[in-house]
Amino acid sequence: MDTQVKKLGLKERYAAMTRGLGWETTYQPMEKVYPYATYEGIKIHDWDKWVDPFRMTMDAYWKYQGEKEKKLYAVIDAFQQNNGFLGITDARYVNAVKLFIQGVSPLEYYAHRGFAQVGRHFVGEGLRVACQMQSLDEIRHYQTQTHAISTYNKYFNGMHHSLHWFDRVWYLSVPKSFFEDALTAGPFEYLTSISFSFEYVLTNLLFVPFMSGAAYNGDLATVTFGFSAQSDESRHMTLGIEAIKFMLEQDPDNVPIVQRWIDKWFWRGYRVLTLVGMMMDYMLPKRVMSWREAWEIYGEQNGRALFRDLARYGIREPKGWLDAIDGKDHISHQAWNTFYNYNAAAPFHTWVPTDEELDWLSAKYPNSFDQYYRPRLEFYREQHRAGNRFYNKTLPMLCTVCQIPMLFTEPGDPTTICYRETDYQGDKYHFCSDHCKEIFENEPEKYVQSWLPVHQIYQGNCFKPGVDPTQPGFDPLMAVFDYYDLDFGRDNLDFEGSEDQKHFAAWRGQALQNTV
Amino acid sequence: MSNVFIAFQQNEEARPIIEAILADNPHATAVESPAMVKIDAPNRLTIRRETIEAITGTPFDLQQIHVNLISLSGHIDEDDDQFTLYWKH
Amino acid sequence: MSIDLKTVNIKPLRLTYAHVAKYVGDNKVPTRYQEATFGAQPSVNFHYRPTWDPDHELFDPTRTAVKMKDWYAITDPRQFYYGSWTSTRAKQQETVEANFSFVESRGLIALLPEAVKKRALEVLTPLRHVAWGANMNNSQICALGYGTTFTAPAMFHAMDNLAVAQYLTRLALTLEGPERLDQGKSAWLHDANWQLLRRYVEDTFVVPDPVELFVAQNLALDGLLYPLIFDTYVDSALAMQGGSAISMLTAFITEWHAESARWVDAVIKTIAAESEENRALLTQWFRHWEERAADALTPISVLAMGDAAASALEEVRQGLANRVKKLGLAR
Repeated sequence: MDTQVKKLGLKERYAAMTRGLGWETTYQPMEKVYPYATYEGIKIHDWDKWVDPFRMTMDAYWKYQGEKEKKLYAVIDAFQQNNGFLGITDARYVNAVKLFIQGVSPLEYYAHRGFAQVGRHFVGEGLRVACQMQSLDEIRHYQTQTHAISTYNKYFNGMHHSLHWFDRVWYLSVPKSFFEDALTAGPFEYLTSISFSFEYVLTNLLFVPFMSGAAYNGDLATVTFGFSAQSDESRHMTLGIEAIKFMLEQDPDNVPIVQRWIDKWFWRGYRVLTLVGMMMDYMLPKRVMSWREAWEIYGEQNGRALFRDLARYGIREPKGWLDAIDGKDHISHQAWNTFYNYNAAAPFHTWVPTDEELDWLSAKYPNSFDQYYRPRLEFYREQHRAGNRFYNKTLPMLCTVCQIPMLFTEPGDPTTICYRETDYQGDKYHFCSDHCKEIFENEPEKYVQSWLPVHQIYQGNCFKPGVDPTQPGFDPLMAVFDYYDLDFGRDNLDFEGSEDQKHFAAWRGQALQNTV
Repeated sequence: MSNVFIAFQQNEEARPIIEAILADNPHATAVESPAMVKIDAPNRLTIRRETIEAITGTPFDLQQIHVNLISLSGHIDEDDDQFTLYWKH
Repeated sequence: MSIDLKTVNIKPLRLTYAHVAKYVGDNKVPTRYQEATFGAQPSVNFHYRPTWDPDHELFDPTRTAVKMKDWYAITDPRQFYYGSWTSTRAKQQETVEANFSFVESRGLIALLPEAVKKRALEVLTPLRHVAWGANMNNSQICALGYGTTFTAPAMFHAMDNLAVAQYLTRLALTLEGPERLDQGKSAWLHDANWQLLRRYVEDTFVVPDPVELFVAQNLALDGLLYPLIFDTYVDSALAMQGGSAISMLTAFITEWHAESARWVDAVIKTIAAESEENRALLTQWFRHWEERAADALTPISVLAMGDAAASALEEVRQGLANRVKKLGLAR
């Protein structure tokens, strides 16, 4: 081993390897070299006060990441070669994978580009290197997910146009606008949104339940890329908490700015996680834990510890905290109901849970499920059996900020839909909650730009070029599906009777016969 | 009092790390779930290089924990000999 | 009940994602590189303008003056995706580690002639700041470039640049100690030999066009610097003066530059081949920056090679001129 360097110890070695590399520029003024360092109002007096607790240098990074990749691709290869997808519990499970490749993997890509940007533009070297490593990790996640899920895409529908859908399909504008909101903000807000609010406060809710769900349902490839990605996540979360502490410690004027960002991004992230809640409660044939339980462990307990710790800086819980807690009994059920309704326009399948699954939900949601949600699902099932599988063909009103259809109910009153509105420059804007309304009002000039899928459809911007809506017999909805490149009848509609269902049954049958 | 936690993939490489943590932190509890072990501890939890080395009988670099780490919470203090998670309040 | 899944022969419905099939065709299984890279960047219906650049969309091909019908025409001949890049580097890193421990365990540092060692440290230590500048610029290219086949390798390259900076740091620590790093930084900031080069690097920090930045950093500056310092000075001149231990410690850097130059060439060649306008822009940028880079490297080459400097630099410039001619740039 290198004795000289070893002698320095981890901390000194890291300082020599990163901090010493930068300098104060003089041929070009610092404000021109780092033009985005101050416009958000965050004041930094001493960049060297930022510490990277993991102190990773490139040699160690390559060594450990190389090991992780070797393990991961061994599993992905084995999964592919052995038709591993035949080992999953039930083809309904694949819909969770669809949701992931459609809505989560593109965010990994966005994070890659965003961290490259802030990894260039922060003034301090330590912070910059941590961001650059995260940029690498995020392209890793995008790529390993793309590879791992590729096998599923070969055999199941609902994944073939995942990136095309991400840029166009209505519910995917929820994660898309969330991340673009962060990417178009300044570097400090980006760090607060992604590294702190999302990675630190909420990411466990995305990955741990998804991956434990995959493990329970026989999906080895997803478990492996998930946990392997999550191991990078611990570095990212640490970047998040260190970044927050750094901003708060640098100047008391930073505290109110950071607090407003925490309020905003906690709520933005929480709204996106509605999709995860729905996945956990409805899309896993074998359940791990309910959304409510996951929220209590990773959201409430962990969040409470964190915000108690940050209180010494004058930071309080995010404004939406109590409403988020109130929502834990409801949001997954309300979201599934919406997708069940609009399943003609969504490239994955929905269904009414089996009796056993309904009983599980009743037990997990004693305060809400039997009273508000079970009767509705049982009614749907009756209708479906009678040949009336209902698909809603109207278009829903969307919240201007989170872009989720207005499906959430008033806090404390699960029978009344929550509507808020505000006027700005002669137009009316609609919101799902007080918190989304407040986010808009803080930055109306940003959110009036939102590419709201429903508005865009009504404005005629979601047809393929050359389509003539004045033609007799024009079906606007089918024209929109064509613009989406959604393969009607294969990608969408109820799981019952789907190609996925038939294929999986046939393949499994074949597999069983082969062993006789 | 708040909990810190650290979670590892459940596999052979993580085993001595988990054993070492439970030996050095009697106040910690391990919860197993599919493919994962999560260790909770009130306020503070320390991983010691020497303890892991005593179990495996081979040299261990603490940065190796990254290979099997899934998640954690709390502030971090790390040097060549120990890795600590803690809350300040 | 056990299911022998391997024995089932099932026909896939499709071979890959539509955004990949667009480039490799519907009937071909893409490579891991292709599947992980083609079409990856979101491209339409962006929600908000960047607050830090309201004149552009989030990802916007008009940030550069060159024009491409399809940016995915650019590819990386090394076919690097994260997994292949990391495992390639992890293997090289093992060799570096072995080289460092060989040099140390055999006491090769003590055998270096003192004057040779001192001169080598004077030349090599400030270069860690140049590599750090390259890291900043390649991060910028990744952030603001267009299309993943162009931007993803730029991030890998940025981290390679950081590794070069860190290996040079380690070299200075191994040969001498932490005080050498301070001396090197002080020379970088104040010593007249380094000021033209520092001005060059700082001027690249404010180049807004990501493709021009690519030319200035990866083609012009690094296209001269690496052959001049690591091939000509370290591997040839130093070796003749009893300094081959040092070239063991920079072996990765030489090898890496030769490898990554193939990527740089592919990018330039593809953009130049697209149109006469692109070729003219690239040529103009190259001429401007290559001239400046040669000036900036002149005092460093003298510091390193004394009387032999002028011919060494001229030879390296000639080599680069031949290289860009093959890429389609006008002389």
